[in-house]
Amino acid sequence: MSQSTAMQDRKPSAGGVNTTFLWIEIKRMLRNRRTIMFTVLMPAIFFFIFGLSNKNQQLPNGHSYGQYILISLTVYAAMTAATGAGSQVAVERAQGWSRQLRLTPLLPGAYIAVKAAAALTLSLVAVIAQFVIGAIAGVTMDAQTWLTAGLVAWVGSLVFAALGLFVGYLMPSQNVMQILGPALAILAMLGGLFMPIEIMGDTFGTIAKFTPAYGIGQLARSPITGEFDALWIVNVLVWLAIFVGGAAMAFRRDTSRV
Amino acid sequence: MTTPGVPAVHAAGLYKSFGKVQAVRGLDLTVQQGEVVAFLGPNGAGKTTTIDMILGLSTPDAGEVSIFGHTPRGAISRGQVAAVMQTGGLLRDISVRETVQLTAAMFDSARPVDEVLTRAGILDIADRRVEKCSGGQQQRLRFAMALVSDPGLLILDEPTTGMDVAGRRDFWSAIRDDASRGRTVIFATHYLEEADAYADRIVLVRQGTVVADGTAAQIKNLASGRTVRASLPAGDRPLLAGLPPADHVEFDGGRVTVRTADSDSVARFLLTTTGAHDLEIVANNLEEAFVALTADEAGTTAAAAAMEGERA
Ligand SMILES: Nc1ncnc2c1ncn2[C@@H]1O[C@H](COP(=O)(O)OP(=O)(O)O)[C@@H](O)[C@H]1O
Ligand SMILES: [Mg+2]
Repeated sequence: MSQSTAMQDRKPSAGGVNTTFLWIEIKRMLRNRRTIMFTVLMPAIFFFIFGLSNKNQQLPNGHSYGQYILISLTVYAAMTAATGAGSQVAVERAQGWSRQLRLTPLLPGAYIAVKAAAALTLSLVAVIAQFVIGAIAGVTMDAQTWLTAGLVAWVGSLVFAALGLFVGYLMPSQNVMQILGPALAILAMLGGLFMPIEIMGDTFGTIAKFTPAYGIGQLARSPITGEFDALWIVNVLVWLAIFVGGAAMAFRRDTSRV
Repeated sequence: MTTPGVPAVHAAGLYKSFGKVQAVRGLDLTVQQGEVVAFLGPNGAGKTTTIDMILGLSTPDAGEVSIFGHTPRGAISRGQVAAVMQTGGLLRDISVRETVQLTAAMFDSARPVDEVLTRAGILDIADRRVEKCSGGQQQRLRFAMALVSDPGLLILDEPTTGMDVAGRRDFWSAIRDDASRGRTVIFATHYLEEADAYADRIVLVRQGTVVADGTAAQIKNLASGRTVRASLPAGDRPLLAGLPPADHVEFDGGRVTVRTADSDSVARFLLTTTGAHDLEIVANNLEEAFVALTADEAGTTAAAAAMEGERA
């Protein structure tokens, strides 16, 4: 039965994205308890600690603290989810799976696209979970604000999916999230996701503007602050380029045996 | 059809170093379609390094590889070559069936999942998580994954390492069945019996180059001649400087072992010029050929060491 096909010269496979691949990737992610903990549980706890007690207070800049902290923590949840999903590549490398994939027609671009799509699925779960918790806790915003903030947090998490891939390719660790977790918390703090940068002081406030969570946070909150600065978009795009470039470079280098 | 004359594998002048270690030095290998070839050599001979270069997983420092006339990448994207690697390559957190489904999803045309699971003999454990599978089952899963694209060439790197005797026999009968359908098979091994029993042709590698290439019978003839053993008084060792040409001389306690094409002259020399006694002459078998051909210059043979380990 195989003789006829095995001996034929064939056309190259397209090596593209396909639904079976994506579906199995998503299943793997949702089965992983640790990922769900990082994605849903931790940001929820943060919201109850930082947000709930003073959700009706006003910030120095006149906005509702509850809205500010909910949107900020949603950005944090989405970025943690996406980074976690991307960094799973470290586990796949350790198991020799990424090497195995090189023995298939799969193209690097298609692989990255599937990983990005899986990361976006997880960060969507994170955004929705965080919004549901916020709504239950009594934070109110108009539909436009929910939608815009949610979309920015969700789409912006792509930057962090790329960061996760980048670090996942660089580090051999099976526990890459134990390093990335604290690093993300620091980036979130510097990006003004845990407290407004205005209260950080001049030095930190200036540094903050160049960190990767800053642009996304500012954009996500712009429906409640009414502010907009094109530099925020520049911040997002530059970090996206850096992380994607890093991931692509690390991907090409990665052929070692396990 | 592929042009009948196009070799399944053509590798010429391959070199690969890791820092100071020259893993592969000037290796040439051509495998015709339909051959079943054993790539036989002791641990560290450069088998895996060569296979990695054939598959395009690493780039040779020098030399060229083609598979059915294509680059390795070209052959892979056409589904013409698949491999069962020595280690790794499996996701622990998915099931056996999902692993094969996932592999099949990468190819434009693939054999049905249940068909390859059946041929690899793991249909009954299809729903088991990979991490719960034994080493032998995982090896069969790698084999199933390799069958997915129905490749013309199958490369296996020490596929039966860690299997028990019965597991090994079953595994090889599955491979043989498969090869009888016309698939070209190359397998690396350091088990001499495997090469002897399952290959049409043996390519013997040592320190990164091919030292012998032919059927098992031809290899035996290559290191032909005989082995002469005798007890030798320790004081007579210097006299061996006058020994007629020999392939290999070794001492073990009070006995000397000489491998030679001219056993008559060696025996005559030992009995007349030295005080040798209890002399015996035996024809070489494949194992001795292997040891002789893969011996280091130093005299202690890596091959012998590997084979001791295997018997232990
Ligand atoms: N990534 C590597 N870095 C350094 N040395 C290596 C590497 N891979 C293989 N080697 C060395 O190259 C030689 C050949 O190895 P290998 O091809 O694995 O042999 P085999 O598969 O025949 O046992 C060995 O000396 C091994 O230690
Ligand atoms: Mg090896």
